[in-house]
Amino acid sequence: MSATPSASTAHSTGPVSAPLSAPLDWPAEGVARVPFRVFSDPEIYAQEQERIFRGPIWNFVCMEADVAQPGDIRTAWVGETPVVVTRDHDQKLHVMINRCAHKGALVCLKQRDKQDSLTCVYHAWNYGLDGQLKTVAFRHGLKGKGGMPEDFDSTKHRLQPLRVATFCGLVFATFSDQTEPLDQYLGAPMSKFLERNLGRPLKILGVHSQMIHNNWKLYAENVRDSYHATLLHTFYTTFKVNRLDMDGGIILSDKKWHHISYAKRATLDQAGEYKNANVHSAKFESNLAGPELLKAWDEFEDGITHSIQTVFPTLVVHFTLNSLAVRYFVPRGVDKTELFWVFLGYERDDAAQEKMRVMQGNLTGAAGLVSLEDGCINEFVQRGSTTSPDKRAFIEMGGKVAESNESSRATEASVRGFWHGYRNIMGFN
Amino acid sequence: MAFGTATATLWDSIKRTMSTPSVTAHATHAVDANTHHRISTLFTQYAHCLDDDRTDDWPGFFTADGLYQITTRENEAAGYPIGLMRCEGRGMMEDRMLALKIANIYEPQHACHLLGPAEIHPHTDGSYHARSNFSVFRTMQSGDASLFATGKYLDHVVNENGQLRFQSRRVIIDSRCIDVLLVLPL
Ligand code: FES
Ligand SMILES: [Fe+2]
Repeated sequence: MSATPSASTAHSTGPVSAPLSAPLDWPAEGVARVPFRVFSDPEIYAQEQERIFRGPIWNFVCMEADVAQPGDIRTAWVGETPVVVTRDHDQKLHVMINRCAHKGALVCLKQRDKQDSLTCVYHAWNYGLDGQLKTVAFRHGLKGKGGMPEDFDSTKHRLQPLRVATFCGLVFATFSDQTEPLDQYLGAPMSKFLERNLGRPLKILGVHSQMIHNNWKLYAENVRDSYHATLLHTFYTTFKVNRLDMDGGIILSDKKWHHISYAKRATLDQAGEYKNANVHSAKFESNLAGPELLKAWDEFEDGITHSIQTVFPTLVVHFTLNSLAVRYFVPRGVDKTELFWVFLGYERDDAAQEKMRVMQGNLTGAAGLVSLEDGCINEFVQRGSTTSPDKRAFIEMGGKVAESNESSRATEASVRGFWHGYRNIMGFN
Repeated sequence: MAFGTATATLWDSIKRTMSTPSVTAHATHAVDANTHHRISTLFTQYAHCLDDDRTDDWPGFFTADGLYQITTRENEAAGYPIGLMRCEGRGMMEDRMLALKIANIYEPQHACHLLGPAEIHPHTDGSYHARSNFSVFRTMQSGDASLFATGKYLDHVVNENGQLRFQSRRVIIDSRCIDVLLVLPL
């Protein structure tokens, strides 16, 4: 691994977590093995909050559409830290820790709100949409008694700001001054593909979340795991939405921790392996009784009909037929993660197109015909592995290294890519 | 793929009917006790069908072109059309039931619906609008039983040759967050 622990942690801000009681020695096989301990150790979980979520990375916080107008307020999270996202009257976006400068209460409680300023309910300290403290109740006391001391300086108390950047309707924030500019963090291939999918006025079509009972990294692996897609999600394969025998591939970013997996439907040919292998998914012989569910139109010239893209650590964008959604996940404890779904269309969509996106909304989400298994599969790994912290996962499908593969998705390359990036930033060598 | 104006118009009308008129607006026109009893029995039979795993029978509670939708209070308030599940017509309902039997993979689980009394109001065309509350408890393989969902049903019930069926059943759950996954209809 290239980065040393000191190099990667020097960037992080905020509290420095304690060293691990027992050091973590990564297996000699490198990214082709993952010690199960990383999914269940509360000390590692605490270190991740510091080195990753408060470290030199861009965290997705919300959609720009969530805070489209001046005065729009949205609560969100960066790792476990609650944050507030606002748009001020100069159209500027702010991301701040949702923690009052007085006694630390949450300042904003509602998921969404519209206000000219932010007022903490506890003692009514009032902040501008930019997080600057504006007024303190009874600052000068009552009837000449009480009040703040002479030297009280309201400019010294504000909501703690994070750095903010936006791209293609996505709002990102970082705690660290060291985080590279967002375009560099994403890199050209990742930015280009985000632009393909999100680079026009977006319209939110639906939102919900699901609580999954596993460590956040199991979901991060799961969305990069192109090996499982056709085996676990049997609805997909049956209806030829995503099959290994389609032309497709994997692209990893420079640091390997973001990825794109894509498939093209046009070149589908029935690979013999499917018919011969006793694959559960191949058994489902079905003609949909309600085929309008998969009514779709060709939206792009490039022939890609299915893609899933990740941005480290917790952002996912999928485009299945015409179903476009942003997913992101928030760690809620070492073995608990909230997975959010934001279904999208474009402002330019006509009624018929929006209707197709709505019907295809059945494919994904917490009740998704092709995705609902991911709600439980990572929990099965958590439950299976948590009592064996010294054992490790074996990840050699498609090789032992993390490299792009533009010809096949029968690989765990993107999963190894995630671990490559994770080990670097965590200093687990 | 061609998708004509006729379909777009249909979609517009579906979107309009998605917001079921508030039943309280018709509070003065209550149904007679017998009708109330028959419709309440339909709701009970529907819940028992799901609780007893008779999933094959579930689409039969709807008209051939009936609508079944599960969404959240948050999506309703924002006017977002995509919830958690949407079946237009019995065919899609049958596909769902087939998928949960032979395609989808999940920990076996059982549901138990507890229904609240319904407010039911007649429509001038002989159909009925109803609103009722529910809670669903879910029991997992571990024996863990917990509250899975609470919310309300917004129904449009029609009489098809003496048989009451849902022309639409819209399920509005209170929480934005589903525990683990949602596979059985509510
Ligand atoms: S804690 Fe916010 S005003 Fe006191
Ligand atoms: Fe999956």
